[in-house]
Amino acid sequence: MTTATTPQPAILVLEDGTTHRGRAFGATGTTFGEIVFSTGMTGYQETLTDPSYHRQIVVMTAPHVGNTGVNDEDPESGKIWVSGYVVRDPARRVSSWRAQRSLTEELAAQGVVGISDVDTRALTRRLREEGVMRAGIFSGDDLVRDGYPRTVEELVAEVKAAPQMAGADLAREVSTTQAYTVEPSGEHAGRAPLATVVAVDLGIKAMTPQRLAERGVRVVVVPQSSTIADIEAALPDDGTPGGVFFSNGPGDPAASQHEVELLRAVLDRRIPFFGICFGNQILGRALGYGTYKLGYGHRGINQPVLDRTTGKVEVTAHNHGFAVDAPVVDAAGAPAVSQAPHDETRRAAGDDTPGYGRVVVSHVGLNDQVVEGLTCLDLPAFSVQYHPEAAAGPHDAAYLFDRFVGLLTDPAAWPPALKTPVTTSVSTSTIEENL
Amino acid sequence: MPRRPDISSVLVIGSGPIVIGQACEFDYSGTQACRVLKEEGLRVVLVNSNPATIMTDPEFADATYVEPITTEVLTSIIAKERPDALLPTLGGQTALNAAIALDEAGVLEKYGVELIGANIPAIQKGEDRQQFKDVVEKCGGESARSEIVHTVDEALAAADVLGYPMVVRPSFTMGGLGSGLAYDEDDLRRIVGQGLHYSPTTEVLLEESILGWKEYELELMRDKDDNVVVVCSIENVDPVGVHTGDSVTVAPALTLTDREYQKLRDIGIAVIREVGVDTGGCNIQFAVDPRTGRVIVIEMNPRVSRSSALASKATGFPIAKIAAKLAVGYTLDEIPNDITQVTPASFEPTLDYVVVKVPRFAFEKFPAADDTLTTTMKSVGEAMALGRNFTEALGKALRSIDKGGVTFHWDGDAPAGDHLERLLHEIQRPTEQRLVQVQQVLRSVGQPGGATLEQVYDATGIDPWFLDQILLVNEVAAEVAAAPTVTEDLLRHAKRHGLSDAQVARLRGMGPTGEATVREIRHALGVRPVYKTVDTCAAEFAARTPYHYSSYDDETEVAPREREAVIILGSGPNRIGQGIEFDYSCVHATLALAEKYETVMVNCNPETVSTDYDTSDRLYFEPLTFEDVLEVYQAELAAGPVKGIVVQLGGQTPLGLARRLAEAGLPILGTSPEAIDAAEDRGIFGQVLLDAGLPAPAFGTARTLGQAREVAESIGYPVLVRPSYVLGGRGMEIVYSAEQLTGYVERALADSAAAAAPGTLAAPLLIDRFLDDAMEIDVDALFDGTELFLGGVMEHIEEAGIHSGDSACVLPPVSLSETEIARIRRSTEAIARGVGVRGLLNVQYALVSDVLYVLEANPRASRTVPFVSKATGTPLAKAAARVMVGETIADLRAEGLLPEHDGATLDLGAPLAVKEAVLPFKRFRTREGLVVDSVLGPEMRSTGEVMGFDKDFPHAFAKSQAAAFGGLPTSGTVFVSVADSDKRQVVFPVKRLVELGFRVLATEGTATVLRRNGIEATVVRKHTEGRGPDGELTVVGLISEGQIDLVVNSPSGQGARADGYEIRAATTAADKPIATTVDQLAAAVQGIEAVLAGPFEVASLQEHTAATAARLAGAPAGSPAPADAVPAGAGA
Repeated sequence: MTTATTPQPAILVLEDGTTHRGRAFGATGTTFGEIVFSTGMTGYQETLTDPSYHRQIVVMTAPHVGNTGVNDEDPESGKIWVSGYVVRDPARRVSSWRAQRSLTEELAAQGVVGISDVDTRALTRRLREEGVMRAGIFSGDDLVRDGYPRTVEELVAEVKAAPQMAGADLAREVSTTQAYTVEPSGEHAGRAPLATVVAVDLGIKAMTPQRLAERGVRVVVVPQSSTIADIEAALPDDGTPGGVFFSNGPGDPAASQHEVELLRAVLDRRIPFFGICFGNQILGRALGYGTYKLGYGHRGINQPVLDRTTGKVEVTAHNHGFAVDAPVVDAAGAPAVSQAPHDETRRAAGDDTPGYGRVVVSHVGLNDQVVEGLTCLDLPAFSVQYHPEAAAGPHDAAYLFDRFVGLLTDPAAWPPALKTPVTTSVSTSTIEENL
Repeated sequence: MPRRPDISSVLVIGSGPIVIGQACEFDYSGTQACRVLKEEGLRVVLVNSNPATIMTDPEFADATYVEPITTEVLTSIIAKERPDALLPTLGGQTALNAAIALDEAGVLEKYGVELIGANIPAIQKGEDRQQFKDVVEKCGGESARSEIVHTVDEALAAADVLGYPMVVRPSFTMGGLGSGLAYDEDDLRRIVGQGLHYSPTTEVLLEESILGWKEYELELMRDKDDNVVVVCSIENVDPVGVHTGDSVTVAPALTLTDREYQKLRDIGIAVIREVGVDTGGCNIQFAVDPRTGRVIVIEMNPRVSRSSALASKATGFPIAKIAAKLAVGYTLDEIPNDITQVTPASFEPTLDYVVVKVPRFAFEKFPAADDTLTTTMKSVGEAMALGRNFTEALGKALRSIDKGGVTFHWDGDAPAGDHLERLLHEIQRPTEQRLVQVQQVLRSVGQPGGATLEQVYDATGIDPWFLDQILLVNEVAAEVAAAPTVTEDLLRHAKRHGLSDAQVARLRGMGPTGEATVREIRHALGVRPVYKTVDTCAAEFAARTPYHYSSYDDETEVAPREREAVIILGSGPNRIGQGIEFDYSCVHATLALAEKYETVMVNCNPETVSTDYDTSDRLYFEPLTFEDVLEVYQAELAAGPVKGIVVQLGGQTPLGLARRLAEAGLPILGTSPEAIDAAEDRGIFGQVLLDAGLPAPAFGTARTLGQAREVAESIGYPVLVRPSYVLGGRGMEIVYSAEQLTGYVERALADSAAAAAPGTLAAPLLIDRFLDDAMEIDVDALFDGTELFLGGVMEHIEEAGIHSGDSACVLPPVSLSETEIARIRRSTEAIARGVGVRGLLNVQYALVSDVLYVLEANPRASRTVPFVSKATGTPLAKAAARVMVGETIADLRAEGLLPEHDGATLDLGAPLAVKEAVLPFKRFRTREGLVVDSVLGPEMRSTGEVMGFDKDFPHAFAKSQAAAFGGLPTSGTVFVSVADSDKRQVVFPVKRLVELGFRVLATEGTATVLRRNGIEATVVRKHTEGRGPDGELTVVGLISEGQIDLVVNSPSGQGARADGYEIRAATTAADKPIATTVDQLAAAVQGIEAVLAGPFEVASLQEHTAATAARLAGAPAGSPAPADAVPAGAGA
């Protein structure tokens, strides 16, 4: 299955003027996006089809990409979402008993412009030091205008004209337009659901409803534009447990007022809630915390996270450029419990809706002490910043789906107790470095 | 939680001598562990019988016992030191087995020693086949269908169920010893028979064949809070059927999707939890069916393994160090990642490069051995390389092997016709050559009548992705060969896929100076490697550790520096004759120079301490070739001032580069390349000896057969013949006749690389008179240009003619007079001065009838430097490094690094050290399944060594035997069959054995002599006589059945060393001690007397040093106090 296409030249241009020359990979042409790096060594197919990568150019730090080709089982959505793809050594030959075609073919077929033969490590180091930025890939005929090679200045100018990620409200661009239902599967297939979850698709990955379905949950996936009335209509009315889930997704949480208001309505109704990734940021904002853009984000499948309710470390899959700004530790170094700031805002505005109460940062990234999960102590709600569905990635965090099912079926046991104060021996200085 | 407060002292067991399957990776892991435990403020008690290890340097533990790793000795040490805990997971299978034995003997319970890092049930679950199978099933994994058997008959019955071929694996053996693949009943009987013997539990597992499946390994770590991380995934290029130690392997796994990888990870984590590995590392091997993806768990090691060392070097995650911390109570999230220093160890390294490991074999040392690679490990070392892609890493790894014929080449036309057919057939059988054969076959792809990639896949089972990568290298090579001119793009392309300058030159037919020309063009075009950093995190966080590898990419990461640098060249992959002893010297150099210089290590051996990124200020994991070293030098020169390069400590590999490096203008520290050549050049060296008035055996050199015969006749047979510039006596033979000489020269000429023109060798053969019955003496010394420091004089126990590396020796010498030692010192000084040594010098002498002949001199670190250093308590290699950068012996004396008196004047109370070699014969079998011949000769075959250390020779010798192979027998039956010339001398030692209670069997001739001397000896049948009329066994039969406890068999002179082969082979296979010379027997008798006199007394190196200091200070002299007189915890 060696591809016979003659490689065409390509150039990657960053908004700071940095250029990397390489070869066209996948489709040729021009593409723009926010350039980010991903450190996973496996799972390129899942990465490419993750809607959270919408409008991003992804740099793979693993040098060999495409070795196992492409199959129809592993995609996390119906299409490749990345706006561009940067690799070092694309596979010439596919080797996997499940492969159906090559990655090169797939990228070309879906019109995804990529570039190969780039010093991806040098590029990653730059992004680490300078932070993520806009970039463009230009290849083939797009490198020429009127018979002359285009100048770097010209290309940089085009990159600078492309939209920024900060302030971008993108979830609606990736969300499903039609609601659909995923019935319980596996050993629960054909049985009455243990609970029903309305999952708001902000860029949901296929594995997420599947992980819930495997646990006996019926999942109704609804569009991003859904209202609280839509959600309530989808929840069961037969007395069986119901809950709401907010998925991962692209864009800046600060630009997602609709989702924030929707979630507040859910919380006000005391409907059990679980959110992941973008869903975590929305919970943070709904509770009144801020969100901020990380220097270069977390994108990989090897990130250590401490679950403060169990004291255990899990290796997790991440893909986030923004994070919630909530107090991680108190003055004594113990997990800080804070009052949801939105309660104060409401009180100040004379709103007497019952407050959200106490919130604890239940999950912390051990590399840089970034908030990786929130647990409400007075509400049936929690969220994590990473991907327990782990596609791609390790399955260490799968217990969170069990925790959600537990919250739905045994709400009296909520909230989980925190393990005695957890301290780590590792410096917290990197939080600034990653800001 | 911080470390456990209830542990204040820990006993660490090392892995003993280097053997195949258990090499210096355990020195690396043990050294890391000792460092960590000491940093934690714990008292570290270390036991290891291997003196050539860094871990046994006295500063790494509080009490260092270079003593045999036996239950008896360990019990004495525990009784004396009373450690709180025992950490057995860092010393390979040896340490783990020792811990089990101590537990079973009730020793741990008796002295209240807690096993940490492992527990007995976990070890049993991991190692016991049936228990492990149950574990795997419980974890949702699958094992190969299998049956456990305890007899050959049970095995035959199992064959009816499982069908052939079938894998045979003995329980509780290391490196796959005794395992193999049975294709039919004969195979099964043979392999199971051996396997039952090797298994300490007489237990063998038979398994359905998963031959040809993809093979993977995961390295995992678990802490006491049940956090588990996967440090590294490793994929074997050679599919299942070749032991992972003998496979070309790659990290990370390259041909799995995330779903499949996560499945392996899930099973791996479930298994480590179910087995119950408390804390620490563990390695799990998987097979994946390439057609269906079915996963089978092959096995696990509940300890740090060879693969852990590889994984640590491949990822920058120091498994052994972390394992030691976990064992004393830390959790993964409490331990900082060494490399980033700001992130914790509870993460999984991610790689932005590819690591390739290639094994190094030594079949040339065992010409009769079957070179098929099987599930029994046969390689003696390995090289690792890192590159930004697979082809770059592979090219670097192959050239790191430092051996002809194992790198890709494009000489001649692509194979076609019969040649191609033959190759396609040959690649079905995995051997050392297979990868190159595959590359050759792939050259024919696309040619008329050429092979297809699918054909190669069918023949080898090597994943098509890897085959395609080799195809890619061939395509690049073809482009290089066909290009009209050498352009920047072409060179960059070639370099990105791992081609060396030499390969490019050869592809373009540029002749002998082509490599230099290619380099000039390359430099002129600005095509230079950059140096990337191993950082565990694919650049996500900044690395604080300069652990570099080269790549032809855009950006370099070498940081500028102000301090002057010293670059130390390591020794490359371990091989017989060049192993851990040289790494020891390199590490010492870096330790000695670190204070004044920035030390920069260059090496490609992942097993070593030198390639620990902690050892030197900077580490370059690079091949030790001229091209690669030159580029490192230039990169470092661009970073700051460079004092020079150390080439004398890493053995022949760096030494072989010295001249070219010097010619390229690089500053060589210490002995000049000219002086190195002078010692090697017979003419110049002969003049040095003549000037100094030192006799040498008559010698000559020859490049042709005619010359060789002429020289030999003028000298007189027997002669010792060998090629120049070799280490470990490679190709060295004792030749007794013109006929034998002709055979030798013809073989040398047949090796194309050695022939300059038809019938003429490129480098001359050295022909020496062979001194029969000489006593051989080895000397290690240090010379600074004016003064000589004699490190030690070693007296060999076997007579001359047996390679010094294989010979047991004793220090201080036990039968040399002061006058003789003084003469040796004078001679050594004369040679050092004459040759122009600045640093270390090793001289070998032979003493015959009061004449001291100089056999050879090597102006470099020798294999015995660590032994001498341990035995005398003098850091020779450290001192050598300091002399090389210009300091004098007087300076070092003043500083206290060197003592006032040197090794020529050890006082009478000084302890005796015996070095004994450990030989790998039982690993190697002929195609017929017989053990290869175990007779010793001038070519070195041992893989490692042990040291016996005690107050007198008999005790030290007995300890060395216990450490090397489990010990001398103290009762039972001895079989004696000696050459006529030995019959007179054998009488006395045999008589003594009878007095000690041994029964004597002998062949007729020997028995006659013994009886006439009043020794009751029973005549047994010779092998050639066959069984007797009443089924009496021959001597070989008796040995095989274990009825003989000690064999004395001296081959009778004149070309008849093949005599008695069956006897020696059977003895080796039965694991019984054998003396092939009368001297060995005499030493053995003394040793047996010592063993019978009572249990060994144990003393740490620190105690020996203290005793020596006390003696020299005039305190009551004597050896260290006996065990019971030393209070627990004393001795540091």
